[in-house]
Amino acid sequence: MAGFFVRRLMEFIPVVFLVITLTFFLVRLAPGGPFSGEKFVSEEALRQIEAQYNLDAPLFVQYWDYLTDVLRGDLGPSLKRPNRSVTEWIKLKFPVSLELGLYGLFVALFIGLPAGVLAARYQNTWIDRVTMSGATAGICIPNFVLGPLLVLVFAIWLGWLPVALWEKPVDKILPSLTLGVVYAAYIARLSRTAMIEVLSQDFIRTARAKGLSEFQVVFRHALPGALQPVVAFLGPAAAGLLTGSFVVENIFRVPGLGTEFIKAALNRDYTMIMGTVLVFAVLILFFNLLVDLIHAWIDPRLRHD
Amino acid sequence: MTSAHRNEAASFTFQGRNSIARCFLRNRLAVASLIVLVLIVMSCVLGPMFSRYTWQDQERENRFQPPCRTHWFGTDNLGRDIFVRVLMGGRVSLEVATVATGVAVFIGVLYGALAGFWGGRVDAVMMRFVDIMYSLPYAVFVIIVVTYFGRSLVLLFAAIGAVEWLTMARIIRGQILSLKRREFVEAAWATGLPWYRVLFRHMLPNTLGVIVVYTTLTAPRVILLEAFLSYLGLGTQEASWGTLIQDGVAAMEEYPWLLIFPSAALTLTLFALNALGDGLRDAFDPRNSSHP
Repeated sequence: MAGFFVRRLMEFIPVVFLVITLTFFLVRLAPGGPFSGEKFVSEEALRQIEAQYNLDAPLFVQYWDYLTDVLRGDLGPSLKRPNRSVTEWIKLKFPVSLELGLYGLFVALFIGLPAGVLAARYQNTWIDRVTMSGATAGICIPNFVLGPLLVLVFAIWLGWLPVALWEKPVDKILPSLTLGVVYAAYIARLSRTAMIEVLSQDFIRTARAKGLSEFQVVFRHALPGALQPVVAFLGPAAAGLLTGSFVVENIFRVPGLGTEFIKAALNRDYTMIMGTVLVFAVLILFFNLLVDLIHAWIDPRLRHD
Repeated sequence: MTSAHRNEAASFTFQGRNSIARCFLRNRLAVASLIVLVLIVMSCVLGPMFSRYTWQDQERENRFQPPCRTHWFGTDNLGRDIFVRVLMGGRVSLEVATVATGVAVFIGVLYGALAGFWGGRVDAVMMRFVDIMYSLPYAVFVIIVVTYFGRSLVLLFAAIGAVEWLTMARIIRGQILSLKRREFVEAAWATGLPWYRVLFRHMLPNTLGVIVVYTTLTAPRVILLEAFLSYLGLGTQEASWGTLIQDGVAAMEEYPWLLIFPSAALTLTLFALNALGDGLRDAFDPRNSSHP
């Protein structure tokens, strides 16, 4: 198991390297720089500030410097807001995105899984049809449509929930729902399909024949076998939940890392872009690894793959 | 190969095609989706020509009109007709969808076909690259590209197409790998055809069903990505559905129709495309049915 873990961890290195390289050159080769939009007193002042951040060095020298800095854990200062370093900005903003993502994950699992199990257990009844229609709708409604509609209904028309705040627990209900519903819908579909297959197998008949309660048959015997595709889906989904909340943060004015990234991209804040992209990439890799580990734990045959 | 064999094969494909059509037509949701899609495309393409208004006509005295007989979807802050604007937004969205999906499908099919066809180490390296691409935060790259290189349509096509080809590549590779051992491919080799003819004339046409299915399923993803970018204000200069939704959100408190109609148009299109794709998949491969 440890060998498997280390081997997978080694695979991180080329991917992270690729992400850094791609982002670095993509960002640098584009027209315009972080200070090109600002009015400077003189050419000299502009050159001075560029020299301060090493932006006047040849591109490959800058690239090499950045790589060595990252290896030492230094992401540099934010070019547009120099009062904090990029690391400090990430430390400040990432927990917010993480919190939102975890709530979203919670929504996805606690709506999606029961819905899928219920639909499978009552396959071809109205329960199944209603749940699966809901799931299809959930997949098709984009979150930037769902979010504003939820705000319109629950905040503006009914006045039950606040419009766009991120302070008290009530404020977090609508953003979490908006983020989690799509994933809940996918999980419902996946777990339904997997449950139907498991429920038709012999060991379930045996469990029923032993006289176990329906609850025990479904949740103790069938559900664990049906979890595999859900777990496989959760890896990329969890990464998306924790990082891809650009829209949700935008709608609900959540002060998270996604908002920071878009701001940085628009401002051409080189170091800030690099820093946030790096966080996103490492997170995605981390969750993929976590899913592989869970898979290997559930199914030992995969360990020697 | 005897003639009896060939007849059997011919009748099999004939029956196959027939049953695909029958299976598809039995799926009422998929057929309805196809009709809805045709209607949406027709009205976006033809509708603006028959309208009294153009998408930029302003009626100062008719600002923020709720939906009524003259303005079916109401008017916006400049007195522009929302119905026509939704149709024009649909043109932009569908245009981007068509071209970007085309790019994604072209790259994906070619890449997957070549990987599967060559196999061995080439295949391993090519598919490893796809795995790596999968684990990149691609939305992030698309955002960087469009914020940096301006909001040109061509760039948007390229950026979206370049990230959406991965699934297609994986699927086509799998198909080609499984076709390699079939008799008709060996027969094609035996007649001394060059490799590209074997691949493109004999193997690839057999994956057509899969290509159609996954093209239908790629299109909504592309539309969604384009709308997502437009919503964040990073899309094209022309107002697409995403842009209209963004405008609608800003005014939804007092003028909800500005949000509801473009949202409905986008959601309906996505729903219809997904349902159509699912229906086609079930028709081509009943074993993988996602429906009861």
